[in-house]
Amino acid sequence: MTYLAKPKLHHPSLTCNALGFTRRDYEGKISTLCAGCGHDSISAAIIQACWELDIEPHRVAKLSGIGCSSKTPDYFLGQSHGFNTVHGRMPSALTGANLANRELIYLGVSGDGDSASIGIGQFVHAIRRGVNMVYIVENNGVYGLTKGQFSATADQGSTSKRGVVNADSPLDLVGMALQLGATYVARSFSGDKQQLVPLIQGALAHQGAAFIDVISPCVAFNNHAGSTKSYDYVREHNDAVNRLDVIEPQAEIAVEYPAGSTVDVRQHDGSILRLHKLDAEHDPRDRIAAMNYMQRHHAQGEVVTGLIYVDPEPHDLHQHLNTVLVPFNVLGATDLCPGVATLEKINAALR
Amino acid sequence: MTLEATTTPASPIRAINDFVVKFSNVNGSGSASANELFAKAILRMGVPVSPRNIFPSNIQGLPTWYEVRVNEHGWLGRRGGVDLMVQMNPQTWDADLREIEPGGYLYYDSTKPLSRSKFRDDVVVVGMPLTEICNRAYSDPRQRQLFKNIAYLGGLSVLLGIDPAVIQKLFAEQYRGKEKLLDANVKALELGRGHALANFEPLGLQVRRADNVGDRIFVDGNSAAALGCVYGGATVCAWYPITPSSSLAEAFEKYCQKHRVDPVSGRNMYAVVQAEDEIASIGMVCGAGWNGARAFTATSGPGISLMNEFIGLAYFAEIPVTLIDVQRGGPSTGMPTRTQQSDILACAHASHGDTKHVLLLPEDPHECFEFAALALDLADRLQTPIFVMSDLDIGMNQRLCAPFRWDEARRYDRGKVMTAADLDAGKDFGRYKDVDADGIPFRTYPGTHADKGAYFTRGTSRDPYARYSERGPDYVYNMERLLRKFDTAKTLVPPPVERIGGKRSRYGAIYYGSTSPAMAEAVEALEAAGIALDLLRVRAFPFPDSVKAFVQSHEQVFVVEQNRDAQLRSLLVNEFDLDPARLPPVLHFDGTPITARFIARAIGERIRTAGPTPAKERVT
Repeated sequence: MTYLAKPKLHHPSLTCNALGFTRRDYEGKISTLCAGCGHDSISAAIIQACWELDIEPHRVAKLSGIGCSSKTPDYFLGQSHGFNTVHGRMPSALTGANLANRELIYLGVSGDGDSASIGIGQFVHAIRRGVNMVYIVENNGVYGLTKGQFSATADQGSTSKRGVVNADSPLDLVGMALQLGATYVARSFSGDKQQLVPLIQGALAHQGAAFIDVISPCVAFNNHAGSTKSYDYVREHNDAVNRLDVIEPQAEIAVEYPAGSTVDVRQHDGSILRLHKLDAEHDPRDRIAAMNYMQRHHAQGEVVTGLIYVDPEPHDLHQHLNTVLVPFNVLGATDLCPGVATLEKINAALR
Repeated sequence: MTLEATTTPASPIRAINDFVVKFSNVNGSGSASANELFAKAILRMGVPVSPRNIFPSNIQGLPTWYEVRVNEHGWLGRRGGVDLMVQMNPQTWDADLREIEPGGYLYYDSTKPLSRSKFRDDVVVVGMPLTEICNRAYSDPRQRQLFKNIAYLGGLSVLLGIDPAVIQKLFAEQYRGKEKLLDANVKALELGRGHALANFEPLGLQVRRADNVGDRIFVDGNSAAALGCVYGGATVCAWYPITPSSSLAEAFEKYCQKHRVDPVSGRNMYAVVQAEDEIASIGMVCGAGWNGARAFTATSGPGISLMNEFIGLAYFAEIPVTLIDVQRGGPSTGMPTRTQQSDILACAHASHGDTKHVLLLPEDPHECFEFAALALDLADRLQTPIFVMSDLDIGMNQRLCAPFRWDEARRYDRGKVMTAADLDAGKDFGRYKDVDADGIPFRTYPGTHADKGAYFTRGTSRDPYARYSERGPDYVYNMERLLRKFDTAKTLVPPPVERIGGKRSRYGAIYYGSTSPAMAEAVEALEAAGIALDLLRVRAFPFPDSVKAFVQSHEQVFVVEQNRDAQLRSLLVNEFDLDPARLPPVLHFDGTPITARFIARAIGERIRTAGPTPAKERVT
């Protein structure tokens, strides 16, 4: 039995957020992943991000596919409903869930095998549709649960733990998300909580398709020399383009930064993404420039991280479909059934 | 030469309100609307008709047929045989001519002369130079083509005695507000009629006014099922185009645009998403169902194959899902534009592992409407996938059927859903716990309560409180509970319809779905031949126990199906542990709709030759 309950003891001195919740209220069950797994750091970052943003845990719906990453929604936000779907198909289930109730926050957690290999089609189409969601890929370039096979994001020439060299070229999910029209695109590293937490917050505040590729080393099968998704490799090649503060509308903090080094992006919900630019060249509001920047730095062997692109005025699937603002799941027969008189007219027209 | 009475056969067929007309056309030539007008005009004269499209997987150029059975008695099954061939496609001339019954009629475009050898001696030939007439009357090539269809309709109205006023009224309804189109169509009709009146005598086949249509409606099953989904409260439709189900999703959207827009905000109380494939469409339906909206998908066999993994998830994780399978000829791409009932087993046991699914088996568009709405209720009540098993014959052909009915007081059955108030009242919530001994647990919608009622939905095994568990007893408890739930389904699905003669026969027949009209006719033909047959129409799987009782009260029960492998029979044998010898199969699976002639012959021969002992071979 791999189910481990977590004791619900709170230390009385734990800090509360505006809702009166401590960070413990955003935790889930005890992780069953390997000690040191990058995915657990991402779960911790999600917990931190939601707690700091004062999100009611039960207003988040967590969806995932199959694999190590897809197990993690059980390990955070224990008061949220979770749906562990089938391999590679989280995006469609999330799309349907989102259609049923537009008021919840949809958090999709997937892996590189789940999204880039078996699920690449669903990844592509959910992003194309502009589903309002936070889509996190916990990217380790490897199949962990089946013990170390390459996934489609493994870099060409990288080696597996057993010494096999990957000959296939990798899929770049960030590049694809940009091309497909995602309105919030970021990459981060599970070992860089300072960067990751605000990127998740920015995505949670974003009212469109937000995609975050998080390089998350697999300590069991992909953390050796020759891997391009190991802790050491990513630390050495990380090229952070910016640092982000997410400022909630009601709590703007006035911090002075040297002129020219920050960019404020006000999102549709009123939150401000304050970017501390580390690379003067990169403007995250320019999709084409972002694509170009990514390609150039990738060719130089650098792993670009940070907020790569954001459209502060995104459209989402509900806008495209012009749906009512009330969640579908509260509509009843009085709203939905056209009634007997209408049916009689329909009958008459069919005679 | 206009009338080519090459040979007068000894006995041309003479029939009033009882014959079959088949139109042979080129796909994409605009004949469909003229042919439909033909059928509707006869209906408006109070005479039942049943038309069937026999079409290729093609948009333009290939042969297509429209077969109309005119039958005052109201037999709506395909009869077989053709009394009048309306031959408008030279590609299929020879084959079409062979289909005409001896003493039948051929009506064709005689613009281009044909040698005598192209005709049959025992068929009455009526040649009308339609191309020539239309080329003379119109200069635009498109008009020449389109109005040729209306002109042959005009000719037919003279030959068969169809009241032109009825056709004109249909035009007026169709082109209301489009006076130019109306006038042009009336003119083309008169063009055909004028020529026919001047040159032909009426045929031996005649339409006479009757009063046998009543308040019945004329509609295709896909539109009916779509409307059932609207009435049943579906808000999410996710689909992928596939023949013969595409028109269902399109009809749903069309009805929603009319009846599901919030008048105040102008916003839609529905979402239709054309997914990237059938896997995504069922995934969206699962996601929406999980989150408390009523959702459905419409597909056909290949789509069902693709959806299997999600269907298994929905079964095991207990998510309401409605699937409408408009069956076509399988396996693989099979015969995409022909009809079959060959997805029964694939749906009843869809997905890997031990699964059993609820199937609803509508006989006509009326039941497509009823069962689509019912499926949405059952999916919520049973928290499982519900399959509505339509087929191409019902789905894509207009069928005369009872009008749609709805009870104004009807409310949707949302099943066992625990609310925030229930949770606050301290109700014990075990997502997979059988609290009422009916196998159905309670669920909560995501976002219901701040600190109670959340659970993790998964396709892996778990305990009654939704906690991951690979313990044998937890798994077995759950699987047995699912079986209990399936037993509960027996009490909720539509019961079978039995038709027992005055005296109980030794023989019975079980049938379902689109076989219905042919079966009704066949049983009368058998009766006339001195063979009594009791009937039971199965309307759902799981089968209520009355189905078993019916089998046990007859020596032999023929199971009539439109597939090769006697699929429903397999379910009957398995579910009730019946002796297969008691259930001789009668199987029709060439892609055409089963006929009364076929059924009556197959069963009649079996009873006459084998007597009460079981016959082993299949009849095809």
